[in-house]
Amino acid sequence: MARGNHKIFLGMAAGVGKTYRMLQEGRAEAEAGRDVVIGYLEPHDRPATTAQAAGIETLSRRGFSYRGNRIEEMDLQGILERRPELCLIDELAHTNAAGGAHEKRYEDVEDVLNAGIDVYSTVNVQHLESLNDTVCELTGIRVRETLPDAVLASADEVVLVDITPQSLIERLLAGKIYRPEAIQPALDNFFKIENLSSLREVALRQVAEDVEAKRLPSESSIGSRSSAHRDRLLDTQVPQVIGERLLALVTPKPHAQRVVRRAWRSAQRLGAELDILWVSRGTPSAEQEDQLEALRRLASILGAHMLVEHGDDVALVTQRVARERGTTYVLMGTPHPRGALARMLRPALQQRLLTLLPGIDLRIVADRARAAERLSEEDEI
Amino acid sequence: MSWLRKDKSATATVPRTGAGKRILFPFDAHGLAGNALDAALRLARAEGGTLVPVFLARVPLHMPLDATLPRQSKLAVPMQDLVEQRAGKYDVPVDSRIERGRSYRHALRQMIEHERFDMIVLAAAAAGGPGFGADDVAWLLANAPGEIVVLRPALTAAA
Repeated sequence: MARGNHKIFLGMAAGVGKTYRMLQEGRAEAEAGRDVVIGYLEPHDRPATTAQAAGIETLSRRGFSYRGNRIEEMDLQGILERRPELCLIDELAHTNAAGGAHEKRYEDVEDVLNAGIDVYSTVNVQHLESLNDTVCELTGIRVRETLPDAVLASADEVVLVDITPQSLIERLLAGKIYRPEAIQPALDNFFKIENLSSLREVALRQVAEDVEAKRLPSESSIGSRSSAHRDRLLDTQVPQVIGERLLALVTPKPHAQRVVRRAWRSAQRLGAELDILWVSRGTPSAEQEDQLEALRRLASILGAHMLVEHGDDVALVTQRVARERGTTYVLMGTPHPRGALARMLRPALQQRLLTLLPGIDLRIVADRARAAERLSEEDEI
Repeated sequence: MSWLRKDKSATATVPRTGAGKRILFPFDAHGLAGNALDAALRLARAEGGTLVPVFLARVPLHMPLDATLPRQSKLAVPMQDLVEQRAGKYDVPVDSRIERGRSYRHALRQMIEHERFDMIVLAAAAAGGPGFGADDVAWLLANAPGEIVVLRPALTAAA
């Protein structure tokens, strides 16, 4: 039996309209003649969402008592027995109450997909496991219900439901997201422009990376996959986003910190991953070990990847690493001045990199100390 | 600005062979005291040493201590660039760091454990203001090796 298609509607926060959009697309599928049901809907007392759900068959929930409370969960068995063509399931990261087949709703969704049923589902970006710490630091709020990144990565399509932070706050103030008594606490805590802007950026980046990750394997394995899968990838008409990836070449010396900071700033502007590479030519000295450890700590704080490779030829090792990591941009510190003999024997590192890495931009980070030295020398002249 | 100097040269860490003194200058997200930085740079120049400006990043308890800190990095990186720019005017070499901890004091302790320093230059906070409080200073004087220079807040800052 062919596995169903999974389409995820991703948003930066509650209230952006993920559920509404999911219902809208589900309704369009139903009007086109497909058998569509709502497996689980969390309308949050939002009239527009409830109205959008009207007319689509809603499956009953599985109700049971837990610690004296009446609880309702999605009825997985009911969906599997009903066997619709398309099932709409809200809140993918939800944790089920005890007593269900699975602990998490995304595991229920797996069963539905494996039964050959297509699924539309919704999730907020802060629920993604790998982003949990980042989002927590950005917003100060730790999200308990997390979703493995693999679930998003394996989805056939991810749709970003995006509105500006200002519009979202206007919706909140208009009472379209929460009840009146919940509006002010929401504004005081999560719904701040800076939080929402950060989350929006994270969500946009996540989708761009997801698109790229899906595109690259499809290109490399073209011909080896089924034509149906290939057609599906082509049919999505996703924008051809190519992510930047920066590589900072360092040596374990104090000025490397500055090169890394410069590279990190560029990476932030480009929304890119940052790799830091030191090509070691032998056993590092105690001082180099200290500097290396400091670079590792800096990389960890900045969210960069510290790489140490061994080799005699820095340019060739850099070329290999750049190919392996998909580097689009190399940054390095100002090279030391070389003697006439060295210049005759071998071109400078930056010249060799330009030759060995066609199509990759190279940026040399100025050394302030040396620049100051040069200026003072010129003054003396 | 006045000076309170505690010379603990008897227990001072040994400077690296062939290298000048390493002078630690901690600061945090509350900001950089320009006058304290200038004093630290003058000291570094006089000693022929390297200034090690360290941004102390506080990691909340609900996050792992080794968590990535993008928001604080956005504060730390430009502040460190600023320190390096200023150090360039004094012709003082710098070796910047960012260190994490559950509190600023914890981050400072981690820094001292990770690396060796010959001198620590600390800007004390004005009453109720940001910076290192009296407890932090007392803790540092009791626990940190090497020479410690505590810079009292400027009168204008204390007022």
